[in-house]
Amino acid sequence: MLSIEHYLFLGLALFVIGVIGVITRRNVIVVLMSIELILNAVNINLVAFSRLYGDVAGQVFALFIIADAAAEAAVGLGIIIAFFRNRETLLEDEMDLLKW
Amino acid sequence: MADKLIFYFFAAIAVGGAVLTVTRRNAVHSAIFLITSLLATAGVFLQLRAEFLFIVQIILYVGGIMVLFVFVIMLVNLDVSLQQLQFSRQKWVALIVALALAGQVGVMFWSAEKLPGQILPGVTAAAADRLPPNSEAVARSLFSTYLLPFEIASILLLVAMIGAVVMAKKRT
Repeated sequence: MLSIEHYLFLGLALFVIGVIGVITRRNVIVVLMSIELILNAVNINLVAFSRLYGDVAGQVFALFIIADAAAEAAVGLGIIIAFFRNRETLLEDEMDLLKW
Repeated sequence: MADKLIFYFFAAIAVGGAVLTVTRRNAVHSAIFLITSLLATAGVFLQLRAEFLFIVQIILYVGGIMVLFVFVIMLVNLDVSLQQLQFSRQKWVALIVALALAGQVGVMFWSAEKLPGQILPGVTAAAADRLPPNSEAVARSLFSTYLLPFEIASILLLVAMIGAVVMAKKRT
């Protein structure tokens, strides 16, 4: 196995790219995709540490995170469809109903 | 050596796909590049001897979640959104946040070097090879130690399913 730092830096790179996507993009669907990137980066770290310690628990946690990602994608995309039906747009700047 | 080459191959594809995901204007292109990135991550999982997670990543992420994304992209009208500005004026905020995150991890590595060999222990070959390379170990752990979280996750998925149906349903 390579040293753990390789995997941590890969996870860090993906995480930071995902955060940049969440902050800079205006399209809500691409923002959701960036969140998937972030969750994926976390998975890499968990699996790398699971290998490092020879303990399978990290992989189990990664499975739970994948289940979370599926739930989040389903609900998020449902919200996007409902939002698009009402406002005819996908820009997150337009999502200001709860703002005051 | 081969280990290193394989890792760098998959890591380069994953990072490149991620960069293209956030920078492409067209949402469909973003989805395609996200699929590339997720597949490369599956390769990294395989290299880490997480075979079950490798398969789950491909079937669930690429086969399930990304199909959902592409369906929603097709449902909404993309031509309108292509005319609009795709990036908000928050480049500097994004840069600052990214630097802060990277700096945080840098400090973590730096302090791990300082402390006497506690934070990031080197790989002991014994520990790394103790990991049984199959799905049996994952299943044993999932259904014994982590049985309650497993049930909670299934309830979460049920709630998400109902929520998605309610959200996407037409108001009558």
